[in-house]
Amino acid sequence: MTLPASIARRTFLARSGVSVGSMALASLLHGSAARGANHFMPSDMDLNVDGALGVLHHPPKAKRVIWLYMAGGMSHLDTFDEKPKLVEMHGQPMPESVTSGQQIAQLQGAKLTCFAPQHPFENYGESGQRISSIWPELGSRCADKICIVRSLHTEAINHDPAHTFMNTGSMISGRPSMGSWLWYGLGTETQSLPGFVVMVSTGRFGQKQPIAARQWHSGFLPSRYQGVEFRSVGDPVLYVRSPDGVTEPVQRDVVDAVQALNQLEEARVGDPEIATRISQYEMAFRMQTSVPDLMDVSDEPQSVLDLYGTQGGDGTFASNCLLARRLAERGVRFIQLYHRDWDHHGAIKDHIAGTAAEVDRGAAALLTDLEQRDMLKDTLVVFGSEFGRTPMAQGNGRDHHLAGFTMWFAGGGIRPGMSYGATDELGYHAAEDKVSVHDIHATLLHQLGVDHTRFTYKFQGLDSRLTGVEPARVVNEILV
Amino acid sequence: MFRSMVVSRSKSIRFLMGGLLLAIASHAQAQGTNDPDVIRFNRDVRPILSDHCFACHGPDAARREADLRLDTEQGLKGIDGQPGVVTGGSLEASELWRRVALTHDDEQMPPAEFGKDLSAEQLDVLRRWIEQGAQWEGHWAFQPVAGIAPPAVEAADQFVGNEIDLFVLSRLREAGLEPSPVSDRRTLIRRLSLDLTGLPPTPEEVERFVNDSSPEAYERLVDSYLESSHYGERMAMFWLDLVRYADSVGYHGDQEVSISPFRDYVIRSFNENKPFDRFTVEQLAGDLLPNPSTEQLIASGYNRLGMMSAEGGVQPKEYLSKYIAERVRNLGGTWMGVTLGCCECHDHKYDPFSTHDFYSFEAFFADIKEQGLYSGAHQTGNWGPNIPVPSDEQRQQLQQLNREIADVQKALDTETDALAEERAAWIATLPTWLTATPAEMTSEQNVTLTLQDDGSILASGENPANDVYRLSFRDLPEHVTGVRIEVLPHDSLPRRGPGRAGNGNFVLSELVAHVGAADGATEVAPFASAVATYEQTGAAGDNPYGKWAIAAAIDNDEKGPTWGWAVMEQAGSPNAGIFVLAQPIAGGAGSSLVLEMRQNLDNPQHTLGHFRVSFTTAEPTLAGALLPADISAILAVPAADRDEPQVKRLNEYHRSIATSLAPLRERQAALVQQRDGLDRQITRTLVTESVEPRMVRVLNRGNWMDETGEVVTPSLPDFLTDYQLPTDRRPTRLDLAMWLVDDQHPLTSRVFVNRMWKQMFGYGLSRKLDDLGSQGEWPSHPELLDWMSRRFIESGWDVKGLVKLMVMSRTYQQSSISNPRRDELDPFNRWLSRQGRFRVEAEMVRDNAMRISGLLVEELGGPSVRPYQPPGYWAYLNFPAREWQNDAGEKLYRRGVYTHWQRQYLHPSLLAFDAPNREECAADRPRSNTPLQSLVLLNDPIYVEAARVFAENALRQGGATFEERMNWAYLRTVARPPRPEEMSVLRRLFEQHLEIYRADPEAARKLVSVGQYPVPQDLDWSEFAAMTSVTRTLLNLHETITRN
Repeated sequence: MTLPASIARRTFLARSGVSVGSMALASLLHGSAARGANHFMPSDMDLNVDGALGVLHHPPKAKRVIWLYMAGGMSHLDTFDEKPKLVEMHGQPMPESVTSGQQIAQLQGAKLTCFAPQHPFENYGESGQRISSIWPELGSRCADKICIVRSLHTEAINHDPAHTFMNTGSMISGRPSMGSWLWYGLGTETQSLPGFVVMVSTGRFGQKQPIAARQWHSGFLPSRYQGVEFRSVGDPVLYVRSPDGVTEPVQRDVVDAVQALNQLEEARVGDPEIATRISQYEMAFRMQTSVPDLMDVSDEPQSVLDLYGTQGGDGTFASNCLLARRLAERGVRFIQLYHRDWDHHGAIKDHIAGTAAEVDRGAAALLTDLEQRDMLKDTLVVFGSEFGRTPMAQGNGRDHHLAGFTMWFAGGGIRPGMSYGATDELGYHAAEDKVSVHDIHATLLHQLGVDHTRFTYKFQGLDSRLTGVEPARVVNEILV
Repeated sequence: MFRSMVVSRSKSIRFLMGGLLLAIASHAQAQGTNDPDVIRFNRDVRPILSDHCFACHGPDAARREADLRLDTEQGLKGIDGQPGVVTGGSLEASELWRRVALTHDDEQMPPAEFGKDLSAEQLDVLRRWIEQGAQWEGHWAFQPVAGIAPPAVEAADQFVGNEIDLFVLSRLREAGLEPSPVSDRRTLIRRLSLDLTGLPPTPEEVERFVNDSSPEAYERLVDSYLESSHYGERMAMFWLDLVRYADSVGYHGDQEVSISPFRDYVIRSFNENKPFDRFTVEQLAGDLLPNPSTEQLIASGYNRLGMMSAEGGVQPKEYLSKYIAERVRNLGGTWMGVTLGCCECHDHKYDPFSTHDFYSFEAFFADIKEQGLYSGAHQTGNWGPNIPVPSDEQRQQLQQLNREIADVQKALDTETDALAEERAAWIATLPTWLTATPAEMTSEQNVTLTLQDDGSILASGENPANDVYRLSFRDLPEHVTGVRIEVLPHDSLPRRGPGRAGNGNFVLSELVAHVGAADGATEVAPFASAVATYEQTGAAGDNPYGKWAIAAAIDNDEKGPTWGWAVMEQAGSPNAGIFVLAQPIAGGAGSSLVLEMRQNLDNPQHTLGHFRVSFTTAEPTLAGALLPADISAILAVPAADRDEPQVKRLNEYHRSIATSLAPLRERQAALVQQRDGLDRQITRTLVTESVEPRMVRVLNRGNWMDETGEVVTPSLPDFLTDYQLPTDRRPTRLDLAMWLVDDQHPLTSRVFVNRMWKQMFGYGLSRKLDDLGSQGEWPSHPELLDWMSRRFIESGWDVKGLVKLMVMSRTYQQSSISNPRRDELDPFNRWLSRQGRFRVEAEMVRDNAMRISGLLVEELGGPSVRPYQPPGYWAYLNFPAREWQNDAGEKLYRRGVYTHWQRQYLHPSLLAFDAPNREECAADRPRSNTPLQSLVLLNDPIYVEAARVFAENALRQGGATFEERMNWAYLRTVARPPRPEEMSVLRRLFEQHLEIYRADPEAARKLVSVGQYPVPQDLDWSEFAAMTSVTRTLLNLHETITRN
């Protein structure tokens, strides 16, 4: 069964004698601007949205999300969670009281010894946030923009299920990813791009752990809400390029002929599905232009390229950050950038510095750029991994760790220049003001105007939601 | 054992053909059930209670409030003097009514904060139900499948084709609707062909059917499609979704796994019309059947289709718990149509399944041999028990080769006089090697050198970068002419040695012999030559000898001190080097010799781990240099004194090296190599192997680390059937399967019939295909569903019979075109006043284009194939990193059901059209309509290639004029000729593009060269390209991908 709401809408339209096709085409031609106002602005308190929710539950603080996903498991201990005690205990056995009965990944059966943070921490910004020196750009330019949460914990200790849990709220395959939830519920503000876009960059230092397309799958939601991957190599979106020997006008002619024949069929049999098909061909044809335009950064001034430190088009994290800003400007609801380089089982000192350097400037540039364009206030930026890494040594690296880790948030109604929550003195367990993955989801939805308990979709007889069945809370303490 | 085996085939379905007036007595139970004024608990009340009340007053004991259950009759109406909350006929006496009628009150139910207030309509239903006497019914799908007779319908006119139509017509009349007329023949044959074979009809089939006016024409068509081998391919699609068939393991590295014979088993089973009960048993427990056939073992692969992981750091116990829980979810999804997944952590909130039930189901699967972590499988491809599945041809080849190998072996084993002579001559040539025991052994780097019982020397302890061993020998034999060093494997060494490097290798850089004179002075006795049984050839790029030659060990290091003798490729095997002295050593009592063994390779740790030194006084040759220790021992025994086993062993060994037998041995080696090559080509498939069941506990909150839960054994929930499991032994998967197909099981037949209905009508009678439980949907035609289900069971689970029953109905044959009145009265077409219209499934979108264009390769089964996929699509897979390799030739044009199914990165064209990734049971595919689909049809090279081949065929075979060609093409595409207005759209397009491509013939050539199919050289490029624009248009039409 497809969307009941859309069927109801069609039924209504059929009764009112309006052709769905012509309405769909009209809305495609004019986009949301045709409705005269940006209905998402909190100022006019108009809570209507294009998605299945119809009306938001409360005024939103954020319109969109950019999720900077540090795939592989960034060590919290070498980046944002300073642990002097671990320096003191370096090389000594990890107290058994801390580790007994805990899940362990590759260190199963190994002798567990403490492993000191590998880089010094420093005070940054007026807020004096303690951040590792491997983040010179983020530290010096953005410490006062971000809110560091040091008390995350998750349920999975291996990459694949941990990614699935972070993205869908469940380790079991088949649930929608958060981007799909948002696109489904809130719709999108662009008529020529998908509402949920994913980009992936790959670094040079950690193990290249796989990322499954399941991470941006729409699960049980209608598949049109699946995240669309934008690629730096080959066609930017699969099949977005016309066939060899087919110019844009020739492609247009073919699409026109398809549309004309489909309209004849629609007139004959009156099936509303045909009107939808017609509008999707229009969207597809538009994407053939809008996607390459989006990816072509030649219209960006040199100062912006310098800020990010990229010429664009090279598939680096910095390049993707710049594209993320362009996507955000165009109204894409959820933008997720994976950087695959954080699985530092060995040689973590050099490797984490290397990976951080791949990410530091692009992330700092993105926050700066958004702020300069006055977009940071309604763009929620999230930065983090699927899990953290052990305070114990694995050779000269660290193993996977689920009991405590760090993420940071910026913009979109998040209190800047603060930190929240803490792990224990060895950085093992989230200890103060613990925050679960479901809490993050609840908070994210809250900032977008959605009450996570009331945003549900019927699946297998259940009112399923992103935050699952266990209690989850909005982390109000980090909100403006 | 199977119902299908005991039920007489004479019960096969007879069809009641159109026009026949049916005089069937109305069944008491059937009558009145559809009276809209009568509130029925299951249809009307239960859904309200389930959605609004069960979460706190339902089956989940842990979350139950006020000890009140509203999902049982006792809970609602009271038991043993306990008052209930509902009293039939009295609102006043019904506490339930009092509570739900309240507003703005603490006692209001459901509580306001629950956020599920009842609507006025829902309150009205509850009120009328109580007023009408509050009749209770158990949840419909859990009740026995009723033996219902079809209703009598007044003026059951031409519409009635068979019993299905009586049920449908009766309901339609109540809704004030009439059925639609029968579809025109072209629509009908296309619908039937798509539904039964997944392919559009050929033009010949269309013409034959359109022109066949006999009353049996339609049934003949049905029968021919049911007999088509494409029927099985079509049916397999939904089944493979359910049982989550895929060609990769799903977790982490998503490595490939070979199980395509299972897919072919499913196709074959549908084609052979295997009774559904047998089909069920074979998959769940084929391995447990007596003397299981290969077919049944392949079927048992069902239990191995779940996801698996080879990720380092996986905790096996956690993954074992994931794998087994997924099996229970799949069991529920595939056969029972219920959602058991929630019971892994808590009792079901809506249906009476408990956590205990969940783990008791798990216990049925506890005997399946598997690993939580398939360590190293990303390199070895070993994902647990599997069997080879040779084709008939391969099986014959294999038998032939094995026969020949046995024949050769027999010849090799036969002792002859000639061999005896040859043996005697051979023994005469053997130098006698005398094992030399050192009096002293030193290592410069303090390695421990230990003398073994067999005279060999084993190094242990420190593993230095380089070393020099010095072995001192005293009282040498007289006239020593040569030294042998055997390098030997040992379990203590990496890769069994003989060296101590990580790869088992060593490098002997230099061997120097220091001979002691009587006065204590020493002098070097030079070696004249050296030979070895093996010299390493690998990693010899810089080696001045071109290989790791033994000559380098006696060259006085003149080409550098590091080069020497090594054997890398032969790690784990014995080898030997023979060093021939330039002058014999006199030896004798008082003599001494120090062998200095320098091991200087710049790549550290290439030292010797296990070796033995021996001397000879005869001519030192390679012959017999590597005799096994036992043969040396036998040879040391004078010939006359050897006992029978020794003689036998010696003869046997000699035959294995005898020169006269070399041709036979070579022949055998060639045969064995051929057989091994064939073995590698033979497709293997995962199967289930039953072992001692592991312990299964109830896991509190599903936590795999918790070890406090109750230990459970296989058992079944008791509310579905009174089926008795054996008590004298542990019940097995076979018992579980037999329970599912017991003819009293209320779910299995209903679930299957409902899903088959979806294949033929677009939606199930109960539209929630994945849940027939409380939160599912009350079926539109419960009596019809039950009637078909009962009939299905009694037909011996005859699947083709069921399909035929459905498609022979007039309900099936109706037109799918709606009208305003139908839209008004029945917007969702629940009452079936017309057929459904829907986009065909992902694989069929492809199949359609292949058949229409003429590209389709109609080969059945085989390993999965790889049609074009955009490069780089697999960039984020790893362990190993991979790039999809497009197949070539015929494999590019196979049906979608054979496309390689990569769970993490499913082929993007299939994904765009809603094919599931098959990581979990998928009972229903959504039917989306998206821009990405348009991009696929417009730009995926396979659709462009199909269009240009279609265009070529239209130009060559379609006639001379544009009109004729369009008639030809339309018939193939949508089984009808084009209408004039369609013709003019296409003509305009063709003419415009003819002009464009005439101006740009290079663009034309590019377009008509897309894909690997041979490009004709004899056509006018421009006309060809313009026609390709036309055929691209046809393949992109909504109608083309729609079954109507």
